[in-house]
Amino acid sequence: MNVIVCVKQIPDPAQVGSLDPTDNTLKREGKLILDESDSYGVEMALQLVDTAGGGEVGLVSMAPNDEMSGLRTALAMGAAKAVLVSDAELAGSDALTTAKVLAAAASRLGDIDLIIAGTESSDGYTGTVPEQIAEVLGLPSITFAKSVAIDGGTLRVNRQTEAGYDEVTCPLPAVVSVTAGVVEPRYPSFKGIMAAKSKPVEKVTATDLGVTPVGWAGAGQQIVEVAAAPEREAGEIVEDDGDAHLKIVEFLDKLKVI
Amino acid sequence: MSWELAEEHEAFRQVVRDFAEKELGPHVARWDEEHHFPVEAVQAMGDLGLFGIVFPEEWGGGGGDFASLCVAIEEIGRVDQSMGITLSAGVGLGANPIYRFGTDDQRSRWLPDLVAGRALGAFGLTEPDGGSDAGATRSTARPDGDDWVINGSKAFITNSGTPITSVVTVTARTDDGISAFVVEAGTTGLIVEPPYRKMGWHASDTHGLTLDDCRVPDANRLGELGSGFRNFLTILDDGRVAISALALGCARACLEQSVAYANERQAFGGPIGRFQGVSFALADVAVAVENARNLTYKAAWLKDQGRPIGTAAAMAKLYSTEAAVHATRVATQVFGGAGFIDETPVSRFYRDAKILELGEGTSEIQRIVIARALGLPQD
Ligand SMILES: Cc1cc2nc3c(=O)[nH]c(=O)nc-3n(C[C@H](O)[C@H](O)[C@H](O)COP(=O)(O)OP(=O)(O)OC[C@H]3O[C@@H](n4cnc5c(N)ncnc54)[C@H](O)[C@@H]3O)c2cc1C
Repeated sequence: MNVIVCVKQIPDPAQVGSLDPTDNTLKREGKLILDESDSYGVEMALQLVDTAGGGEVGLVSMAPNDEMSGLRTALAMGAAKAVLVSDAELAGSDALTTAKVLAAAASRLGDIDLIIAGTESSDGYTGTVPEQIAEVLGLPSITFAKSVAIDGGTLRVNRQTEAGYDEVTCPLPAVVSVTAGVVEPRYPSFKGIMAAKSKPVEKVTATDLGVTPVGWAGAGQQIVEVAAAPEREAGEIVEDDGDAHLKIVEFLDKLKVI
Repeated sequence: MSWELAEEHEAFRQVVRDFAEKELGPHVARWDEEHHFPVEAVQAMGDLGLFGIVFPEEWGGGGGDFASLCVAIEEIGRVDQSMGITLSAGVGLGANPIYRFGTDDQRSRWLPDLVAGRALGAFGLTEPDGGSDAGATRSTARPDGDDWVINGSKAFITNSGTPITSVVTVTARTDDGISAFVVEAGTTGLIVEPPYRKMGWHASDTHGLTLDDCRVPDANRLGELGSGFRNFLTILDDGRVAISALALGCARACLEQSVAYANERQAFGGPIGRFQGVSFALADVAVAVENARNLTYKAAWLKDQGRPIGTAAAMAKLYSTEAAVHATRVATQVFGGAGFIDETPVSRFYRDAKILELGEGTSEIQRIVIARALGLPQD
């Protein structure tokens, strides 16, 4: 069972981010960390390989400046190897280009049974890359997995919906996007961290992968303007004169939530 | 020359910090209040590999350096001193003597569980009649056939009565001087007295021990007969650097929390941090933290280079622990009345800090070690 996890390395969400005024994209300078929403996928992959009793977890990541800290975290958790795509040309890439790059990178890691990605990154939120990877590779795709199991050559997923969940199956290999909280990500152990520094990370460029055009040149989108989110308006305070519950019910009714 | 820890040290620090904040942080106040020793938390630290960092992989360890252990103790201690000492003592006083002086047989009997954090070991040196003057050990071990029969008592022994304590190494007088014996928990004649009621370190386990005709086989003798005194002195050198790291964690916690509070707390029309009476005190604590960090990691580095550490360990322990006590005094002052209330973490750090100046050699003993190295005449 060989599982590939797409991991994004993002600026630390605890630090205040800023936009590059020239192209309105998030600045990604300095140290990046493993996107927490991908740590679930890494954990899921490790558990699936463990249950299968063999195989390994590989990682693919696209990041500026040969950035590897986030990848090292995932390797320290137990992944075996990684492909890092880092190339100045990639700046400005849209979701589809990213998917093409990650799909090509994944193909360098040998036989694939399953590709796991988070439903969306915590810094970009396009939420479309996993499905696009599936399309590029011609694989079935299941989204919003809240639990994942492998049953022979079949992927069994409980797929989160607004009302509850659907039980879905598809043949392997496949691409699945997992929701946050699907499993509890482990802390990398001391041994894992020490071992991570000697695990193989292959560094490649978009050209090495044969994906062109990339970056702004290949993007089907452009960020024309960025506007600040409107300030939150002060909430309405309901004073309780004995009938506050009625006013609250009326309010919720207006919002159509009850 | 470099003043930075390696990238892996920093990655490891981040993991331990996350772990301490998420897994220990929410519970430490309750453990303190209830004097509760949290076995699950200790084992979670074990799963993270913290008890095994410095031991070779063949015993289940991480094959890491001493600086990594200091990073772990510092970060755990920054959130909870009780768990910090549990780790420090578990490694330095529990597993280390067996690793350093044990035969391969003894190592394979006890180390794997200690290294994994599934079990804890303790080291019983201090006696009711003598701590600093450890050469005056009164407990005795008398040979009887293939066994040793130990009699005496030990005071203030960390990790000696937890539900997962597997062994206590005790020193006792034999014909050849002072020797050390590994006494397994549950051995007849090893009486674990009720826990002490302590000023701080409430979640750490401390008991007096009585050895009443406690019989152990010669296979449990640790090291050569008569080598006990010499051996524990080297054990204590390592332990002092670890305590220095624990004190550094305490001082850092106080500094960070005081700075946050001084930025927030308003008095006379603005945050209290704008008063020099507050900010200068914190500036001094920042210098002390920096010094404590440099002394701690310098001593750890010397150890990792295989160089002698006696004086460096004494300097680090002396300075860092006194800096920690000072930092808790400043922090509780900055917090005002709230600093005296148990709900504020700085109040817990204040109670926890004092012992740092006492255990593993009091400040006076460290000064004796340093003065001796200066070539001054000794009493
Ligand atoms: C919570 C806790 C946990 C502990 N854990 C352990 C443990 O796991 N294992 C263990 O073996 N011990 C442990 N100890 C014991 C600790 O190491 C001793 O308490 C310490 O070494 C001091 O010894 P003492 O209490 O006998 O004090 P004493 O040696 O009686 O000292 C009393 C005072 O006299 C001073 N003094 C003594 N000799 C001199 C001198 N020559 N010159 C100047 N001043 C001197 C001391 O510095 C001190 O101020 C623990 C203690 C506590 C409180």
